[in-house]
Amino acid sequence: MQQPLVEKVQQQQHQVSITRSARFRRMWAKNGSLFLMALPGLLLLFVFSYLPMFGIIIAFKDYRAAQGLFDSAWVGLKNFEFLFGTQDAWRVTFNTLFLNSLFIVTSTTGAIFLALMLNEVRERSKIMTNFYQSALLLPHFISYVIVGYFVFAFLNTDNGLVNHTLAGFGVEQISWYSSPQYWPTILTSVNLWKHVGFNSIIYLSGILAINPEYFEAAKIDGASKWKQITRITIPLIFPLVIITTLLAIGRIFYADFGLFYQVTRDNGLLYPTTDVLDTYVYRALRVNGDVGMSAAAGLYQALIGFILVVGANWIVRRVDSDKALF
Amino acid sequence: MITTVSRKSFWDRLKSSNLIIHLILLILSIMALVPFLMLISASFSSEIAIGKYGYTLFPQQFSMEAYDYLFRDFGQILNSYLITLIVSLGGSSVGLLIMSLLAFSLSRKDFRFRKPLSFYVFFTMLFNGGLVPWYILITQYLHLKNTMFALILPYLVIPWFVLLLRTYFAGLPTELFEAARIDGASEWRLFFQIVLPLSTPALATVGLFSLLQYWNDWWLALLFIDDRKLFPLQYLLYTIQSNIDAISQNPEMNSGVIIPTQGVRMAMAVLAIGPIIFAFLFVQRYFVRGITLGGIKE
Repeated sequence: MQQPLVEKVQQQQHQVSITRSARFRRMWAKNGSLFLMALPGLLLLFVFSYLPMFGIIIAFKDYRAAQGLFDSAWVGLKNFEFLFGTQDAWRVTFNTLFLNSLFIVTSTTGAIFLALMLNEVRERSKIMTNFYQSALLLPHFISYVIVGYFVFAFLNTDNGLVNHTLAGFGVEQISWYSSPQYWPTILTSVNLWKHVGFNSIIYLSGILAINPEYFEAAKIDGASKWKQITRITIPLIFPLVIITTLLAIGRIFYADFGLFYQVTRDNGLLYPTTDVLDTYVYRALRVNGDVGMSAAAGLYQALIGFILVVGANWIVRRVDSDKALF
Repeated sequence: MITTVSRKSFWDRLKSSNLIIHLILLILSIMALVPFLMLISASFSSEIAIGKYGYTLFPQQFSMEAYDYLFRDFGQILNSYLITLIVSLGGSSVGLLIMSLLAFSLSRKDFRFRKPLSFYVFFTMLFNGGLVPWYILITQYLHLKNTMFALILPYLVIPWFVLLLRTYFAGLPTELFEAARIDGASEWRLFFQIVLPLSTPALATVGLFSLLQYWNDWWLALLFIDDRKLFPLQYLLYTIQSNIDAISQNPEMNSGVIIPTQGVRMAMAVLAIGPIIFAFLFVQRYFVRGITLGGIKE
């Protein structure tokens, strides 16, 4: 049987396309509905997360709303030169890193102590433990607008609780909203108040995951409660502490906008100690209308943030690959 | 000798009853709750009392005047309440559906595109284009400014919540899926009739998170809403406070703007918090379990 070569090739191609389409059909029959299920979410992420990534080019343009994204003129690194030519860029970078570091240290330490204490009482007084947990968790669910109201009730100059109390002791009242030097402490306290309960749950669940036989064996050997905590509980939750801390460090270039905007009431007098990258980017865009510089600051934040989070994750994977983000 | 023995046993009893720990936890819990108490107290105080005694833990002169005022002039706050309700309920239910569908397909080991699509979803947690391109996209290209969509769409899919749901779905016993498939159930039926009913803790947790995200949001309104008719509750509270700041900085600006008194502002804040506390108590039992679900790896 001699077939002309051309015909043979055509036939083979035909077969290939049949098997290809058949394979596709089979593949689709198996995965099609799962893919369709994923589709709405994938599309939303495409629009609201991936499209803006292309918009990064704004940082290299002299953006004019009238000309739109594509027709605005390219300016190279001008926006970055302006950004880093000011004192502001360094100030907001410093504030972001400094305050976030304070937050990480205080809320991690606080959460561990809280988890240890809750663990001690949880077995014998369930109702009280439930009450403590609920009370400490509640601040996590309140918006920063309301937190701003709370802080105002404490600190406003004329009739805030703190100044009233100070006056009661005959101490001179302090104009809190115009004294930047107090704000790292105030913001750290507010952050602690808001998040420590929530974070403690993570550590408490870590403690609960410890094999109870360790504690029973220690008890039989006559180890005191204190010894059990320092020799069993803390060493065993330490990897968890490292991991949550590293992941927090991965996010250290991002500030909690609500905290810095609402709680300080965006008060210009407080900027020296409270202005952070997120508030700076927002203000450059919405208040000063400097779109190019705002985009440059945003890209600076996103890039360093990306490097930090990937780096932190790399280390986490070395410590405990199960806990790594990716 | 006897005294030392009894003293020692007293200390032992004290230690074993954890009294000190209870005391510390009680104080911390009270500290967590004090601001709420002050807010409620101020909302029930007369304006004169706030002026005279400042903010206090308990009302110095009990008065309902703030609430009377609010219920008499209910227009704006009722409108904002409605906007917030629509946005929160609509956004969180649609979001929960879209996110659980996505999470379900990503949780399936036999789904061919699981790996690349998981990466596609979770990469957005690591990198983003920043505020400016996002803002320009929404305002200039999607034209969502001053629409309710601007308050809903950006929060519909939160990768972190998808992760939580995916982890939970992945932990469900696969034998159930097999059995259903032998019975000829489609993926959709599997999802709606088997997976969802088994996932109440995860759905309740993510649903509450999502609901709170919408309920507490003022950020999207700050960026995209100028129209008072579309102000959500939190943003309304914010604008009142910031108008007061602006006026106190330049008093000549105060031309006919009516400022609610301090008591009224606090009463509005109480009304904004109320439903949160209610929702919180309602799903709290699922909660601790839900939060700790976030074991992240596949």
